[in-house]
Amino acid sequence: MCSLCGVLGGAEHWSDAAARPGVFTRNVERIDRRRERANRVAAANRILAAYALTLSDWQGSSFVLANKTGKSEVIEDLGHLWPAAERMIGRPCDPLDPGLVARLEDERRV
Amino acid sequence: MSDIPQFTAVNLLTGFLGSGKTTLLRRMLADPALADTAVLINEFGEAGLDHHLVERIDENMVLLQSGCICCTVRGELVDALRDLHSRRERGLIPVFSRVMIESTGLADPFPTLSTIKADPVLRHHFRPGNVITTVDAVNGEGNLDVYVESNRQAAIADWLVLTKTDLVGADVIEALEKRLRQLNPDATVIDVHDEALSVAALVGSSDATRGNGLQSVSGFYCEDSRELVTASGEVHSAAFRSFVITIDQAIDWTAFGIWLTMLLNRHGDRVLRVKGILNIAGEDRPVAIHGVRHLVHTPVHMGGWPSEDRRSHIVFIVDGLDATLLKRSFEAFAVVSSEPAHGPTPLMSQNR
Repeated sequence: MCSLCGVLGGAEHWSDAAARPGVFTRNVERIDRRRERANRVAAANRILAAYALTLSDWQGSSFVLANKTGKSEVIEDLGHLWPAAERMIGRPCDPLDPGLVARLEDERRV
Repeated sequence: MSDIPQFTAVNLLTGFLGSGKTTLLRRMLADPALADTAVLINEFGEAGLDHHLVERIDENMVLLQSGCICCTVRGELVDALRDLHSRRERGLIPVFSRVMIESTGLADPFPTLSTIKADPVLRHHFRPGNVITTVDAVNGEGNLDVYVESNRQAAIADWLVLTKTDLVGADVIEALEKRLRQLNPDATVIDVHDEALSVAALVGSSDATRGNGLQSVSGFYCEDSRELVTASGEVHSAAFRSFVITIDQAIDWTAFGIWLTMLLNRHGDRVLRVKGILNIAGEDRPVAIHGVRHLVHTPVHMGGWPSEDRRSHIVFIVDGLDATLLKRSFEAFAVVSSEPAHGPTPLMSQNR
């Protein structure tokens, strides 16, 4: 469990599109679920590239975070992604880091 | 046991020392709207007293006595809630559909909510409900000037209930209300003496209510957000600040999730509140999000848009974060969808 995020392994994370009436969902159909996971991996990799990390889907149920040397870690959802990424690179992953923001802004201009 | 709700709302009643929490709780407990409510009272000190003051001692009332709820009592709080749940399931106590926690006046309210969310048992049976914060009109401004806890209690509130307003002049109340609206622009401020004060509204009824609670008559509660300053005009030492990000284009839910989880992972302690109505790409109805520090509630599909305004609005109440950088980051992460939703309008039209 991540004590900071209050996230438990295997439990539903807010960013998941939960297949439950009354809450945000895009997971009702199988094709939606696959598309959502593909989007998630692509969007995460755009940011993770700044840290030389990559994310990939693992059997539609988990994700694998890996670095260039092959070190990898299985994570359940986005709640676990950033603590795992920080452990792997040994420094913070800060979305307010001016260097990261400038890099992403440059990418958007291209 | 079909009467047991799938999720039981846990309402938190907080407010600084002497701000009238127990008085309000007594009034609330006398209201039929709170008839099926279990009450947990937390006190700081050797001898619990508040539970005597509320004069409703029964098997649904528990006194957490060993200290401040924000630290030492967390384990006790978990035990008390688990015990209540267990006794309810076994039919040993009447079915209750809501829990009300009265915290100590010095408590940081955040850990209580995260405790509910983090506990492996509680998270399947309980959900954080509305936070009601009492603010004393006589000492409120002074407490906000001096005590960070007072600011945090006000910042987290869904409802800010002004107490002791009969003891001060209208100008004092107006100044306090203005200050509170700057600190927490989307909370509802109400006078405890106001006849319109409804106990049922204070505690809310469901997550759907929370989503709808984001709406004001004009569409959204955040029309007066700005940098928080002290009475002397200086920027508050605690650097609390509220601001709104307004986005004209539809939002990419996936990119938004990546951005917000990354932000809360690194800066969750300083994001006191994040709350908003989002226009999600591919969705007809708005989605309400509601978070307190590291904790984000399950997003809720709202029944419809509160007004003609189809833009997304996200309110942040932060402690020491650079609002300009945060907005730049939001934009750089490509949180907006590539699908043009509302024409070629500026990405962020409102920047307070």
